[in-house]
Amino acid sequence: MANALIKADSFYELYERKSGIQDVTHYCPGCGHGVLHKLIAEAIDDFGIRERTILISPVGCSVFAYYYFRVGNIQAAHGRAPAVSTGIKRVHPESIVISYQGDGDLAAIGGNHIIQAANRGENITVFFVNNAIYGMTGGQMAPTTLAGQKTTTSPYGRNVNSEGYPLKVCELLSSLEAPVYIERVALTDPKNTTKVRRAVRKALQNQIDNKGFSLVEVLSVCPSNWKMTPVQSKQWLVDNMIPQFPLGVFRDKTAEIPNRETIRNTFDQSGVREKLEIPANEKQVQYSLQPKMDFANPKLVIAGFGGQGVLILGLGIAQAAMQAGYNVSWLPSYGPEMRGGTANCNVNISRERVGSPLVTKPTVLIAMNLPSLEKFDSKVEANGLIIYDTSLINKQPTRQDVHVLGIPATQMADELGNTRIANMVILGAFIAYTAVLNKEVVFDALPNFIKRKNLLPLNESAIIRGMEYVLNKVTN
Amino acid sequence: MAEPLKEARVVVREDECKGCGLCIAACPEEVLFEQKHLNRMGYHPAGYKGSGCSGCGYCFYQCPEPGAITVYKKGYVEEEAA
Repeated sequence: MANALIKADSFYELYERKSGIQDVTHYCPGCGHGVLHKLIAEAIDDFGIRERTILISPVGCSVFAYYYFRVGNIQAAHGRAPAVSTGIKRVHPESIVISYQGDGDLAAIGGNHIIQAANRGENITVFFVNNAIYGMTGGQMAPTTLAGQKTTTSPYGRNVNSEGYPLKVCELLSSLEAPVYIERVALTDPKNTTKVRRAVRKALQNQIDNKGFSLVEVLSVCPSNWKMTPVQSKQWLVDNMIPQFPLGVFRDKTAEIPNRETIRNTFDQSGVREKLEIPANEKQVQYSLQPKMDFANPKLVIAGFGGQGVLILGLGIAQAAMQAGYNVSWLPSYGPEMRGGTANCNVNISRERVGSPLVTKPTVLIAMNLPSLEKFDSKVEANGLIIYDTSLINKQPTRQDVHVLGIPATQMADELGNTRIANMVILGAFIAYTAVLNKEVVFDALPNFIKRKNLLPLNESAIIRGMEYVLNKVTN
Repeated sequence: MAEPLKEARVVVREDECKGCGLCIAACPEEVLFEQKHLNRMGYHPAGYKGSGCSGCGYCFYQCPEPGAITVYKKGYVEEEAA
Protein backbone atom coordinates (compact mmCIF):
# COMPACT_ATOMS: atom_id res chain seq x y z
CA MET A 1 0.00 0.00 0.00
CA ALA A 2 1.56 3.14 -1.14
CA ASN A 3 2.21 5.80 1.46
CA ALA A 4 0.88 3.82 4.36
CA LEU A 5 1.91 0.88 6.51
CA ILE A 6 -1.25 -1.13 7.04
CA LYS A 7 -1.98 -4.69 8.11
CA ALA A 8 -1.16 -6.91 5.14
CA ASP A 9 -3.87 -8.49 3.03
CA SER A 10 -2.10 -11.79 3.51
CA PHE A 11 -3.35 -11.81 7.09
CA TYR A 12 -6.89 -12.83 7.85
CA GLU A 13 -8.99 -10.02 9.22
CA LEU A 14 -10.16 -12.20 12.08
CA TYR A 15 -8.35 -15.23 13.49
CA GLU A 16 -10.87 -17.95 14.13
CA ARG A 17 -8.78 -19.96 16.54
CA LYS A 18 -11.01 -19.19 19.48
CA SER A 19 -14.24 -17.41 20.04
CA GLY A 20 -14.02 -14.10 21.82
CA ILE A 21 -11.15 -11.82 20.90
CA GLN A 22 -10.25 -12.66 17.32
CA ASP A 23 -8.25 -9.70 16.11
CA VAL A 24 -5.05 -10.36 18.04
CA THR A 25 -2.55 -13.20 17.74
CA HIS A 26 -1.89 -15.68 20.54
CA TYR A 27 1.71 -14.49 20.86
CA CYS A 28 3.04 -12.95 24.06
CA PRO A 29 3.65 -9.20 24.20
CA GLY A 30 6.85 -8.35 22.34
CA CYS A 31 7.22 -11.76 20.67
CA GLY A 32 9.39 -11.87 17.57
CA HIS A 33 7.03 -14.19 15.70
CA GLY A 34 4.52 -11.42 15.15
CA VAL A 35 7.11 -9.17 13.54
CA LEU A 36 8.42 -11.90 11.27
CA HIS A 37 4.82 -12.79 10.36
CA LYS A 38 4.29 -9.18 9.34
CA LEU A 39 7.43 -9.07 7.20
CA ILE A 40 6.49 -12.31 5.45
CA ALA A 41 2.87 -11.26 4.91
CA GLU A 42 4.00 -7.92 3.51
CA ALA A 43 6.38 -9.63 1.09
CA ILE A 44 3.65 -12.05 -0.03
CA ASP A 45 1.40 -9.05 -0.71
CA ASP A 46 4.08 -7.12 -2.55
CA PHE A 47 5.16 -10.06 -4.71
CA GLY A 48 1.56 -10.92 -5.55
CA ILE A 49 2.07 -14.58 -4.61
CA ARG A 50 -0.70 -15.03 -2.05
CA GLU A 51 -2.77 -17.36 -4.21
CA ARG A 52 0.15 -19.72 -4.74
CA THR A 53 1.81 -19.57 -1.35
CA ILE A 54 1.65 -22.60 0.93
CA LEU A 55 2.89 -22.05 4.44
CA ILE A 56 3.95 -25.01 6.55
CA SER A 57 3.35 -24.36 10.22
CA PRO A 58 5.63 -26.15 12.66
CA VAL A 59 5.16 -27.40 16.17
CA GLY A 60 6.07 -24.72 18.67
CA CYS A 61 4.68 -21.30 19.47
CA SER A 62 4.08 -20.63 15.78
CA VAL A 63 1.99 -23.80 15.41
CA PHE A 64 -1.06 -21.62 14.81
CA ALA A 65 0.45 -19.61 11.95
CA TYR A 66 -2.28 -21.07 9.76
CA TYR A 67 -4.84 -19.07 11.69
CA TYR A 68 -3.11 -15.87 10.67
CA PHE A 69 -1.85 -16.19 7.11
CA ARG A 70 -4.44 -16.00 4.38
CA VAL A 71 -2.53 -18.47 2.19
CA GLY A 72 -2.57 -22.20 1.70
CA ASN A 73 -1.67 -23.78 5.03
CA ILE A 74 -0.50 -27.13 6.27
CA GLN A 75 0.64 -27.90 9.78
CA ALA A 76 3.40 -30.48 9.86
CA ALA A 77 4.47 -32.96 12.51
CA HIS A 78 7.25 -31.75 14.77
CA GLY A 79 10.38 -30.98 12.80
CA ARG A 80 9.00 -32.37 9.55
CA ALA A 81 8.16 -29.11 7.82
CA PRO A 82 11.09 -29.41 5.36
CA ALA A 83 9.93 -32.88 4.34
CA VAL A 84 6.33 -31.74 3.91
CA SER A 85 7.58 -28.72 1.99
CA THR A 86 9.61 -30.98 -0.27
CA GLY A 87 6.57 -33.06 -1.14
CA ILE A 88 4.35 -30.08 -1.83
CA LYS A 89 6.94 -28.22 -3.85
CA ARG A 90 7.70 -31.22 -6.02
CA VAL A 91 4.05 -31.91 -6.72
CA HIS A 92 3.17 -28.24 -7.14
CA PRO A 93 6.37 -26.63 -8.41
CA GLU A 94 4.54 -23.40 -9.23
CA SER A 95 3.59 -22.93 -5.59
CA ILE A 96 5.68 -20.87 -3.18
CA VAL A 97 6.38 -23.08 -0.20
CA ILE A 98 7.44 -21.55 3.09
CA SER A 99 8.71 -23.72 5.90
CA TYR A 100 8.31 -21.68 9.07
CA GLN A 101 10.12 -23.25 12.00
CA GLY A 102 11.39 -22.52 15.48
CA ASP A 103 14.63 -23.72 17.00
CA GLY A 104 13.10 -26.63 18.89
CA ASP A 105 11.40 -27.76 15.71
CA LEU A 106 14.20 -27.19 13.22
CA ALA A 107 17.38 -27.64 15.25
CA ALA A 108 16.29 -30.35 17.69
CA ILE A 109 13.72 -32.91 16.59
CA GLY A 110 13.86 -31.87 12.93
CA GLY A 111 17.62 -31.52 12.70
CA ASN A 112 18.06 -34.23 10.12
CA HIS A 113 15.10 -33.07 8.04
CA ILE A 114 16.52 -29.62 7.50
CA ILE A 115 19.96 -30.98 6.69
CA GLN A 116 18.58 -33.37 4.07
CA ALA A 117 16.25 -30.80 2.51
CA ALA A 118 19.09 -28.28 2.32
CA ASN A 119 21.44 -30.90 0.92
CA ARG A 120 18.93 -31.78 -1.79
CA GLY A 121 18.70 -28.09 -2.62
CA GLU A 122 14.91 -28.09 -2.48
CA ASN A 123 13.53 -24.94 -4.01
CA ILE A 124 11.83 -23.84 -0.81
CA THR A 125 12.14 -20.95 1.61
CA VAL A 126 12.84 -21.68 5.25
CA PHE A 127 12.34 -19.12 7.99
CA PHE A 128 14.07 -20.32 11.11
CA VAL A 129 13.19 -18.44 14.26
CA ASN A 130 15.90 -18.86 16.89
CA ASN A 131 15.19 -17.57 20.38
CA ALA A 132 17.62 -19.91 22.16
CA ILE A 133 14.89 -21.57 24.21
CA TYR A 134 11.83 -23.81 24.01
CA GLY A 135 9.06 -21.24 24.14
CA MET A 136 5.81 -23.15 23.87
CA THR A 137 6.64 -25.70 26.55
CA GLY A 138 7.79 -23.15 29.08
CA GLY A 139 11.43 -22.25 28.65
CA GLN A 140 13.49 -25.44 28.57
CA MET A 141 16.98 -25.66 27.12
CA ALA A 142 17.12 -25.90 23.36
CA PRO A 143 20.03 -27.00 21.15
CA THR A 144 20.45 -23.28 20.47
CA THR A 145 20.53 -22.26 24.14
CA LEU A 146 23.58 -20.12 24.77
CA ALA A 147 26.56 -21.32 26.74
CA GLY A 148 25.87 -20.36 30.33
CA GLN A 149 22.23 -19.50 29.69
CA LYS A 150 19.84 -20.42 32.47
CA THR A 151 16.66 -22.23 31.49
CA THR A 152 14.26 -24.38 33.47
CA THR A 153 16.30 -27.45 32.49
CA SER A 154 19.70 -25.79 32.81
CA PRO A 155 19.14 -23.93 36.07
CA TYR A 156 22.88 -23.40 36.63
CA GLY A 157 23.39 -22.25 33.06
CA ARG A 158 24.16 -24.40 30.03
CA ASN A 159 27.35 -26.25 30.73
CA VAL A 160 29.11 -26.86 27.43
CA ASN A 161 31.03 -29.79 28.92
CA SER A 162 27.88 -31.78 29.54
CA GLU A 163 25.26 -30.12 27.31
CA GLY A 164 27.40 -29.11 24.37
CA TYR A 165 27.55 -25.84 22.51
CA PRO A 166 24.72 -23.89 20.93
CA LEU A 167 23.97 -25.40 17.56
CA LYS A 168 24.83 -23.02 14.74
CA VAL A 169 22.44 -23.94 11.99
CA CYS A 170 23.61 -21.42 9.39
CA GLU A 171 27.25 -22.45 9.80
CA LEU A 172 26.27 -26.12 9.65
CA LEU A 173 24.14 -25.81 6.53
CA SER A 174 26.60 -23.57 4.74
CA SER A 175 29.02 -26.50 4.67
CA LEU A 176 26.69 -28.12 2.13
CA GLU A 177 27.00 -27.58 -1.62
CA ALA A 178 23.38 -27.14 -2.59
CA PRO A 179 21.95 -24.21 -0.59
CA VAL A 180 21.69 -20.97 -2.53
CA TYR A 181 21.18 -18.45 0.21
CA ILE A 182 21.73 -18.64 3.97
CA GLU A 183 21.73 -15.59 6.19
CA ARG A 184 21.42 -14.92 9.90
CA VAL A 185 19.61 -11.75 10.88
CA ALA A 186 18.18 -10.40 14.12
CA LEU A 187 14.91 -8.78 15.08
CA THR A 188 16.28 -6.02 17.23
CA ASP A 189 16.41 -2.34 16.39
CA PRO A 190 14.86 -0.79 13.26
CA LYS A 191 18.17 -1.06 11.40
CA ASN A 192 18.48 -4.80 11.96
CA THR A 193 14.76 -5.27 11.32
CA THR A 194 15.26 -3.70 7.90
CA LYS A 195 17.89 -6.36 7.24
CA VAL A 196 15.42 -9.04 8.28
CA ARG A 197 12.88 -7.56 5.88
CA ARG A 198 15.42 -7.61 3.07
CA ALA A 199 16.44 -11.20 3.82
CA VAL A 200 12.81 -12.37 3.90
CA ARG A 201 12.19 -10.83 0.49
CA LYS A 202 15.37 -12.22 -0.98
CA ALA A 203 14.64 -15.73 0.26
CA LEU A 204 11.18 -15.60 -1.30
CA GLN A 205 12.41 -14.03 -4.54
CA ASN A 206 14.95 -16.85 -4.89
CA GLN A 207 12.13 -19.37 -4.81
CA ILE A 208 10.04 -17.37 -7.27
CA ASP A 209 13.07 -17.39 -9.59
CA ASN A 210 13.51 -21.15 -9.02
CA LYS A 211 17.03 -20.70 -7.75
CA GLY A 212 16.89 -23.25 -4.96
CA PHE A 213 17.14 -23.59 -1.21
CA SER A 214 17.07 -20.43 0.90
CA LEU A 215 17.15 -20.24 4.69
CA VAL A 216 16.96 -17.18 6.88
CA GLU A 217 17.77 -17.64 10.54
CA VAL A 218 16.05 -14.95 12.52
CA LEU A 219 17.35 -14.30 16.03
CA SER A 220 14.30 -13.39 17.99
CA VAL A 221 13.31 -12.52 21.52
CA CYS A 222 11.26 -14.56 23.99
CA PRO A 223 10.50 -12.05 26.74
CA SER A 224 8.20 -14.45 28.61
CA ASN A 225 10.69 -17.26 28.98
CA TRP A 226 13.73 -15.05 29.23
CA LYS A 227 11.81 -13.34 32.05
CA MET A 228 12.43 -9.79 30.86
CA THR A 229 10.43 -6.95 29.43
CA PRO A 230 10.26 -6.87 25.64
CA VAL A 231 12.55 -3.84 25.54
CA GLN A 232 15.11 -5.48 27.86
CA SER A 233 14.99 -8.70 25.88
CA LYS A 234 16.00 -6.91 22.68
CA GLN A 235 19.06 -5.58 24.47
CA TRP A 236 19.78 -9.04 25.88
CA LEU A 237 19.65 -10.46 22.36
CA VAL A 238 22.19 -7.88 21.18
CA ASP A 239 24.46 -8.37 24.18
CA ASN A 240 24.30 -12.14 24.48
CA MET A 241 22.92 -13.88 21.42
CA ILE A 242 24.67 -12.04 18.63
CA PRO A 243 28.17 -12.72 20.05
CA GLN A 244 27.45 -16.46 19.98
CA PHE A 245 25.34 -16.36 16.79
CA PRO A 246 27.15 -13.87 14.55
CA LEU A 247 24.95 -12.14 12.01
CA GLY A 248 25.74 -12.21 8.35
CA VAL A 249 25.46 -13.92 5.02
CA PHE A 250 26.80 -17.46 5.14
CA ARG A 251 25.96 -18.42 1.57
CA ASP A 252 24.84 -16.40 -1.38
CA LYS A 253 24.88 -17.96 -4.82
CA THR A 254 21.87 -15.88 -5.86
CA ALA A 255 23.79 -13.89 -8.45
CA GLU A 256 25.57 -16.83 -10.05
CA ILE A 257 22.51 -19.04 -10.44
CA PRO A 258 20.33 -17.99 -13.35
CA ASN A 259 16.58 -17.64 -12.94
CA ARG A 260 14.97 -20.84 -14.06
CA GLU A 261 11.63 -21.73 -15.52
CA THR A 262 9.28 -23.75 -13.36
CA ILE A 263 9.62 -27.36 -14.35
CA ARG A 264 6.63 -29.53 -13.71
CA ASN A 265 7.61 -33.17 -13.45
CA THR A 266 5.27 -35.13 -15.62
CA PHE A 267 4.94 -38.76 -14.82
CA ASP A 268 4.62 -40.97 -17.85
CA GLN A 269 2.92 -44.25 -17.07
CA SER A 270 3.98 -45.96 -20.25
CA GLY A 271 6.59 -48.57 -19.66
CA VAL A 272 5.98 -48.76 -15.93
CA ARG A 273 4.07 -52.03 -16.12
CA GLU A 274 6.86 -53.63 -18.11
CA LYS A 275 9.47 -52.34 -15.65
CA LEU A 276 7.54 -53.79 -12.73
CA GLU A 277 6.71 -56.93 -14.69
CA ILE A 278 2.99 -56.38 -14.23
CA PRO A 279 0.98 -58.17 -16.91
CA ALA A 280 -0.57 -55.88 -19.49
CA ASN A 281 -4.12 -54.64 -19.08
CA GLU A 282 -5.46 -57.01 -21.73
CA LYS A 283 -4.90 -59.99 -19.52
CA GLN A 284 -7.01 -58.61 -16.73
CA VAL A 285 -10.30 -59.10 -18.51
CA GLN A 286 -9.66 -62.81 -18.73
CA TYR A 287 -10.55 -63.33 -15.11
CA SER A 288 -14.26 -63.39 -14.59
CA LEU A 289 -14.77 -62.67 -10.95
CA GLN A 290 -18.08 -62.39 -9.17
CA PRO A 291 -17.43 -61.71 -5.52
CA LYS A 292 -20.23 -62.55 -3.16
CA MET A 293 -22.20 -59.42 -2.45
CA ASP A 294 -20.85 -58.73 1.06
CA PHE A 295 -17.33 -58.85 -0.30
CA ALA A 296 -17.64 -56.68 -3.40
CA ASN A 297 -14.98 -54.22 -2.24
CA PRO A 298 -13.42 -55.98 0.72
CA LYS A 299 -11.26 -54.36 3.35
CA LEU A 300 -9.01 -56.84 5.08
CA VAL A 301 -7.11 -56.99 8.32
CA ILE A 302 -4.73 -59.92 8.39
CA ALA A 303 -3.08 -60.55 11.73
CA GLY A 304 -0.96 -63.11 13.51
CA PHE A 305 2.50 -63.79 14.90
CA GLY A 306 5.54 -62.53 13.09
CA GLY A 307 6.83 -65.46 11.02
CA GLN A 308 3.39 -66.83 10.16
CA GLY A 309 3.50 -65.00 6.88
CA VAL A 310 0.63 -62.62 7.51
CA LEU A 311 2.35 -59.82 5.64
CA ILE A 312 3.11 -61.99 2.61
CA LEU A 313 -0.47 -63.27 2.72
CA GLY A 314 -1.73 -59.71 2.51
CA LEU A 315 0.78 -58.89 -0.17
CA GLY A 316 -0.26 -61.95 -2.15
CA ILE A 317 -3.95 -61.07 -1.95
CA ALA A 318 -3.19 -57.49 -2.96
CA GLN A 319 -0.90 -58.57 -5.80
CA ALA A 320 -3.44 -61.02 -7.20
CA ALA A 321 -6.25 -58.50 -6.86
CA MET A 322 -4.16 -55.89 -8.63
CA GLN A 323 -3.51 -58.29 -11.48
CA ALA A 324 -7.22 -58.99 -11.58
CA GLY A 325 -7.83 -55.31 -12.23
CA TYR A 326 -8.87 -54.12 -8.78
CA ASN A 327 -7.45 -51.05 -7.12
CA VAL A 328 -5.52 -52.22 -4.11
CA SER A 329 -3.47 -51.07 -1.16
CA TRP A 330 -1.30 -53.02 1.24
CA LEU A 331 -0.19 -51.47 4.48
CA PRO A 332 1.98 -53.56 6.77
CA SER A 333 2.28 -52.90 10.47
CA TYR A 334 4.60 -54.92 12.59
CA GLY A 335 6.71 -54.70 15.67
CA PRO A 336 10.48 -54.72 15.63
CA GLU A 337 10.53 -58.46 16.27
CA MET A 338 10.95 -60.60 13.20
CA ARG A 339 9.73 -63.76 14.89
CA GLY A 340 7.31 -64.16 17.75
CA GLY A 341 5.98 -60.63 17.82
CA THR A 342 2.64 -59.61 16.45
CA ALA A 343 2.21 -58.48 12.92
CA ASN A 344 -0.72 -57.33 10.87
CA CYS A 345 -1.47 -55.69 7.58
CA ASN A 346 -4.33 -53.80 6.03
CA VAL A 347 -5.42 -54.63 2.50
CA ASN A 348 -7.97 -52.74 0.45
CA ILE A 349 -9.41 -54.33 -2.66
CA SER A 350 -11.82 -52.19 -4.59
CA ARG A 351 -13.42 -51.50 -7.93
CA GLU A 352 -13.44 -47.89 -6.78
CA ARG A 353 -10.44 -45.76 -6.01
CA VAL A 354 -8.86 -46.52 -2.66
CA GLY A 355 -8.86 -43.44 -0.45
CA SER A 356 -6.93 -44.42 2.64
CA PRO A 357 -4.77 -47.52 2.93
CA LEU A 358 -5.79 -47.75 6.56
CA VAL A 359 -8.46 -50.30 7.47
CA THR A 360 -10.22 -49.47 10.73
CA LYS A 361 -13.40 -51.46 10.12
CA PRO A 362 -12.49 -54.59 8.18
CA THR A 363 -15.03 -56.53 6.15
CA VAL A 364 -12.70 -59.49 6.38
CA LEU A 365 -10.55 -60.40 9.38
CA ILE A 366 -8.00 -63.13 9.02
CA ALA A 367 -6.77 -64.06 12.49
CA MET A 368 -3.88 -66.48 12.70
CA ASN A 369 -3.47 -66.36 16.49
CA LEU A 370 -5.62 -65.71 19.54
CA PRO A 371 -4.38 -62.19 20.39
CA SER A 372 -5.23 -61.11 16.85
CA LEU A 373 -8.73 -62.53 17.05
CA GLU A 374 -9.32 -60.85 20.40
CA LYS A 375 -7.90 -57.56 19.20
CA PHE A 376 -9.79 -57.21 15.93
CA ASP A 377 -12.90 -59.36 16.47
CA SER A 378 -15.07 -56.46 17.62
CA LYS A 379 -13.98 -54.20 14.74
CA VAL A 380 -15.31 -56.34 11.90
CA GLU A 381 -18.22 -54.83 9.96
CA ALA A 382 -21.62 -56.51 10.34
CA ASN A 383 -22.10 -59.22 7.67
CA GLY A 384 -18.33 -59.33 7.36
CA LEU A 385 -16.18 -62.42 7.60
CA ILE A 386 -13.82 -63.75 10.23
CA ILE A 387 -11.41 -66.43 9.09
CA TYR A 388 -9.37 -67.95 11.91
CA ASP A 389 -6.90 -70.74 12.34
CA THR A 390 -8.57 -73.35 14.56
CA SER A 391 -5.32 -75.25 15.03
CA LEU A 392 -3.92 -72.32 17.03
CA ILE A 393 -7.06 -70.62 18.35
CA ASN A 394 -9.13 -72.67 20.74
CA LYS A 395 -11.81 -70.02 21.09
CA GLN A 396 -14.78 -69.16 18.90
CA PRO A 397 -15.25 -65.62 17.73
CA THR A 398 -17.94 -63.97 19.86
CA ARG A 399 -19.65 -62.12 17.04
CA GLN A 400 -23.07 -63.37 15.90
CA ASP A 401 -23.60 -60.89 13.07
CA VAL A 402 -20.71 -61.94 10.85
CA HIS A 403 -19.74 -64.96 8.77
CA VAL A 404 -17.26 -67.12 10.65
CA LEU A 405 -14.93 -69.57 8.99
CA GLY A 406 -12.66 -71.67 11.17
CA ILE A 407 -9.98 -73.65 9.38
CA PRO A 408 -7.14 -75.72 10.88
CA ALA A 409 -4.70 -74.07 8.52
CA THR A 410 -1.47 -74.71 10.42
CA GLN A 411 -2.33 -78.37 10.89
CA MET A 412 -3.20 -78.72 7.19
CA ALA A 413 0.06 -77.02 6.27
CA ASP A 414 1.93 -79.40 8.56
CA GLU A 415 0.32 -82.32 6.74
CA LEU A 416 1.57 -80.85 3.49
CA GLY A 417 5.06 -80.86 4.96
CA ASN A 418 5.65 -77.22 5.94
CA THR A 419 3.79 -75.32 8.68
CA ARG A 420 4.88 -72.05 7.15
CA ILE A 421 2.46 -72.35 4.26
CA ALA A 422 -0.56 -72.10 6.59
CA ASN A 423 -0.97 -68.60 5.15
CA MET A 424 -1.49 -70.06 1.67
CA VAL A 425 -4.07 -72.52 3.00
CA ILE A 426 -5.92 -69.49 4.33
CA LEU A 427 -5.51 -67.69 1.02
CA GLY A 428 -7.26 -70.62 -0.65
CA ALA A 429 -10.04 -70.56 1.94
CA PHE A 430 -10.46 -66.80 1.50
CA ILE A 431 -10.87 -66.92 -2.26
CA ALA A 432 -13.15 -69.94 -2.13
CA TYR A 433 -15.40 -68.31 0.47
CA THR A 434 -15.60 -64.81 -0.98
CA ALA A 435 -14.92 -65.34 -4.69
CA VAL A 436 -13.10 -62.01 -4.67
CA LEU A 437 -10.36 -63.81 -6.58
CA ASN A 438 -10.15 -67.19 -8.28
CA LYS A 439 -7.50 -69.85 -8.53
CA GLU A 440 -6.32 -68.73 -11.97
CA VAL A 441 -5.48 -65.16 -11.02
CA VAL A 442 -3.87 -66.22 -7.75
CA PHE A 443 -1.68 -68.78 -9.51
CA ASP A 444 -0.73 -66.20 -12.11
CA ALA A 445 0.21 -63.81 -9.34
CA LEU A 446 2.04 -66.34 -7.21
CA PRO A 447 5.46 -66.00 -8.89
CA ASN A 448 5.27 -62.24 -8.29
CA PHE A 449 5.27 -62.55 -4.52
CA ILE A 450 6.88 -65.92 -3.81
CA LYS A 451 10.58 -65.37 -4.31
CA ARG A 452 11.76 -68.98 -4.17
CA LYS A 453 10.38 -70.49 -7.33
CA ASN A 454 11.00 -74.07 -6.21
CA LEU A 455 8.36 -73.51 -3.55
CA LEU A 456 5.65 -72.60 -6.07
CA PRO A 457 4.14 -76.12 -6.36
CA LEU A 458 3.93 -76.42 -2.56
CA ASN A 459 2.21 -73.06 -2.31
CA GLU A 460 -0.18 -74.03 -5.07
CA SER A 461 -1.16 -77.25 -3.31
CA ALA A 462 -1.69 -75.34 -0.07
CA ILE A 463 -4.00 -72.92 -1.84
CA ILE A 464 -5.92 -75.79 -3.38
CA ARG A 465 -6.22 -77.51 0.03
CA GLY A 466 -7.66 -74.35 1.51
CA MET A 467 -10.15 -74.01 -1.31
CA GLU A 468 -11.20 -77.65 -1.03
CA TYR A 469 -11.71 -77.33 2.69
CA VAL A 470 -14.18 -74.50 2.20
CA LEU A 471 -15.98 -76.10 -0.74
CA ASN A 472 -16.37 -79.39 1.15
CA LYS A 473 -17.57 -77.59 4.23
CA VAL A 474 -20.12 -75.63 2.22
CA THR A 475 -21.37 -78.72 0.39
CA ASN A 476 -21.58 -80.76 3.58
CA MET B 1 -11.65 13.38 -2.94
CA ALA B 2 -9.82 13.83 0.32
CA GLU B 3 -6.76 16.03 0.53
CA PRO B 4 -3.36 14.31 0.76
CA LEU B 5 -2.18 14.18 4.36
CA LYS B 6 -0.08 17.19 5.28
CA GLU B 7 1.61 15.43 8.17
CA ALA B 8 2.29 11.77 8.81
CA ARG B 9 0.08 10.09 11.35
CA VAL B 10 0.22 6.91 13.40
CA VAL B 11 -2.90 5.15 14.56
CA VAL B 12 -2.80 2.61 17.41
CA ARG B 13 -5.70 0.23 17.67
CA GLU B 14 -5.76 0.15 21.44
CA ASP B 15 -7.73 -3.09 21.66
CA GLU B 16 -5.07 -4.96 19.68
CA CYS B 17 -2.11 -3.55 21.63
CA LYS B 18 -0.42 -5.80 24.19
CA GLY B 19 1.53 -2.97 25.76
CA CYS B 20 4.96 -4.42 24.97
CA GLY B 21 6.39 -0.94 24.56
CA LEU B 22 8.63 -1.77 21.60
CA CYS B 23 7.08 0.92 19.42
CA ILE B 24 7.59 3.51 22.13
CA ALA B 25 11.24 2.52 22.54
CA ALA B 26 11.85 2.64 18.80
CA CYS B 27 10.14 5.92 17.96
CA PRO B 28 12.84 8.45 17.04
CA GLU B 29 10.46 11.38 17.42
CA GLU B 30 9.30 10.18 20.84
CA VAL B 31 5.68 10.78 19.94
CA LEU B 32 4.39 7.44 21.25
CA PHE B 33 3.69 6.86 24.93
CA GLU B 34 2.24 4.30 27.29
CA GLN B 35 -1.30 5.22 28.22
CA LYS B 36 -2.55 5.13 31.81
CA HIS B 37 -5.76 3.22 31.20
CA LEU B 38 -6.06 -0.50 30.62
CA ASN B 39 -7.48 -2.01 27.46
CA ARG B 40 -9.83 -5.02 27.25
CA MET B 41 -6.92 -7.45 27.66
CA GLY B 42 -5.53 -5.64 30.68
CA TYR B 43 -2.57 -3.96 29.00
CA HIS B 44 -1.57 -0.32 29.02
CA PRO B 45 -1.86 0.42 25.31
CA ALA B 46 0.47 2.66 23.39
CA GLY B 47 -0.88 6.00 22.28
CA TYR B 48 0.09 8.77 19.86
CA LYS B 49 0.73 12.25 21.18
CA GLY B 50 -1.21 13.63 18.24
CA SER B 51 1.54 15.39 16.32
CA GLY B 52 5.18 15.03 15.38
CA CYS B 53 5.04 11.67 13.54
CA SER B 54 7.56 11.56 10.72
CA GLY B 55 6.07 8.46 9.10
CA CYS B 56 9.34 6.50 9.42
CA GLY B 57 7.47 3.27 10.14
CA TYR B 58 9.89 2.08 12.84
CA CYS B 59 6.97 1.44 15.19
CA PHE B 60 5.10 -0.55 12.54
CA TYR B 61 8.02 -2.90 12.03
CA GLN B 62 8.72 -3.24 15.76
CA CYS B 63 5.12 -4.05 16.63
CA PRO B 64 4.41 -7.79 16.70
CA GLU B 65 0.66 -7.42 16.22
CA PRO B 66 -0.41 -7.43 12.58
CA GLY B 67 -3.13 -4.83 12.99
CA ALA B 68 -2.25 -2.82 16.08
CA ILE B 69 -0.31 -0.03 14.38
CA THR B 70 -1.02 1.74 11.12
CA VAL B 71 1.23 4.48 9.79
CA TYR B 72 -0.07 6.98 7.25
CA LYS B 73 2.76 8.84 5.59
CA LYS B 74 2.75 12.42 4.43
CA GLY B 75 0.86 12.67 1.15
CA TYR B 76 -1.34 9.68 1.86
CA VAL B 77 -4.77 9.98 0.30
CA GLU B 78 -7.66 8.41 2.18
CA GLU B 79 -9.27 6.81 -0.88
CA GLU B 80 -6.29 4.52 -1.42
CA ALA B 81 -7.38 2.32 1.42
CA ALA B 82 -10.88 1.77 0.07
